[in-house]
Amino acid sequence: MTIGAGEDTFKELTVEELRAKVGTGMPIDDPEEHMLLSMGPQHPSTHGVLRLLVELDGENIVNLAPDIGFLHTGVEKNMESKTYTKALVMTDRLDYLSPMSNNLAYILAVEKLLGVEATPRAQAIRVILCELARISSHLVWLATHALDLAAMSVFLYCFREREYILDIFEMVAGQRMMVSYFRPGGLWRDVPEEFEPAVRQFLDFFPSRIADYEALLKDNPIWLERTKGIGVISGEDAVAWGLTGPSLRGSGVDWDYRKVMPYSGYEQYEFDVPVETDGDVYARYRCRMREMWESLRIIRQALDKLPQGPVNISDRKIVPPPRSELGHSMEAVIHHFKLWTEGFSAPEGFVYQSVESPRGEFSVYLRGDGSPRPARVHFRTPSYVNLASLPLLSKGAFIADVVAIIGSIDIVLGEIDR
Amino acid sequence: MITEILKGMFTTFKHLLQPPVTIQYPEVKRPVRYRFKGRHELKRYDNGLEKCIGCALCAAACPADAIFVEAAENTDDERYSPGERYARVYEINMLRCIFCGFCEDACPTEAIVLEDNYELSFYDRASAIYTKEMLLVPVPPGGQPTPQKVEPGKYDRAIPEMEDPK
Repeated sequence: MTIGAGEDTFKELTVEELRAKVGTGMPIDDPEEHMLLSMGPQHPSTHGVLRLLVELDGENIVNLAPDIGFLHTGVEKNMESKTYTKALVMTDRLDYLSPMSNNLAYILAVEKLLGVEATPRAQAIRVILCELARISSHLVWLATHALDLAAMSVFLYCFREREYILDIFEMVAGQRMMVSYFRPGGLWRDVPEEFEPAVRQFLDFFPSRIADYEALLKDNPIWLERTKGIGVISGEDAVAWGLTGPSLRGSGVDWDYRKVMPYSGYEQYEFDVPVETDGDVYARYRCRMREMWESLRIIRQALDKLPQGPVNISDRKIVPPPRSELGHSMEAVIHHFKLWTEGFSAPEGFVYQSVESPRGEFSVYLRGDGSPRPARVHFRTPSYVNLASLPLLSKGAFIADVVAIIGSIDIVLGEIDR
Repeated sequence: MITEILKGMFTTFKHLLQPPVTIQYPEVKRPVRYRFKGRHELKRYDNGLEKCIGCALCAAACPADAIFVEAAENTDDERYSPGERYARVYEINMLRCIFCGFCEDACPTEAIVLEDNYELSFYDRASAIYTKEMLLVPVPPGGQPTPQKVEPGKYDRAIPEMEDPK
């Protein structure tokens, strides 16, 4: 089986071939000249526990096969044994750099299955937090990507700003990373009073910080040398390989779920989808940098017209009653106990919900069978699909470029192995 | 090319003059936010009675199955908590706990609260299981330790009046 366009000799490994190479046999295309190298799973630049089998001709890559599964946790199967509310905590642990997007995708799927919609205030807060999560995720991407290419200062500056965002998450959700803040029918609690000033302060200082990162990298000749023309993928190939997110938009394809299938009220906000045409590592870098600006725009608009009102729907069969009612209402106590033990039942049927996570299309397939537990949950995770294109992107590149290419497709192993 | 490098160097130099943001952790501790979900505590009422009524709703709500509760009957001669029952055994396995706070949300009496202690470490797996003695807060000043001998009929109501959490 060949990959890519035309009659290329670059072969994708079949499972048998991969097993043979991983095992004792190691049949290599040209054993006299080629070397088989195992990169990872403890290699720092593979961003987690990714193992790459690289077949090398000198420094040039002849063949490459990602070997995944080191972080398999069985999230999808585990969720089937938990109620809809309790299964939420597992979604945090997929893409652990942007748990808000995972929460949102899952919660929107549950709400779609139940046929309810969150209140306008809850939707706006969800958008603000998801965009903050996008910035925080892009900051980790920029930090590690730059660090892989030996730009140490960028790493330190990015983590400093990410710390501020994590502090906002701690303020609203009590957790810095595993937030579980969005709940079926709304939010865990309303945001505290100090939330809005904190986000406004972030909006004030963050543009100058992006300018700093750009001063360090955008026109830096070393950075350009390492990123321009590396890991090129055409728009057609990107679509054919199912790339989504900035990796797709870096190849000139304008596709963003926030625009094409708006969710959680994204249609109310004015923002652009950054698209670059070169399809190389630098184009993907530019896409993500410009996305941070757009995220700031969305947060500012959402904060300016943040609606007042309740954050949870009033359906007591889905959202537990407020604590103040437990002391004097027997119905409230019954609902409270019922929801925390048995949970709510969702109707039979299935839903599919996509959101635009920082990495691309994050989708949830959720099937209910009338019981309080999901019958099947499946995630379409962007990192998993984006990683599949790595052999194509690395074709003919130097071994050192693989590090840049992995950084540019921005994978998170938590959601690949899940 | 030189100008770009100088621009980058200038950015780095600018940061050289700024105060450091690093917190020297073991010596200096970052204060946590009000809603922070750290180590659990089992609360008491002002008179020293335990808030936990042993209903095990926390154990039912726990997505990680980290909590084990075994309830026993209260009597007015030996009263631990208001209402019929109290938690005779209350254990949280801190290796399983994911600090999601569902137990706190589920608790009908505000007995279990995730407080601000995040420094949890153990030498072996057995000591990761926190018992009721470790989780229960000390008796507040003016209160009596449990079990208490109380007058009959005074504490037959298990669920108190509560306010919505902030």
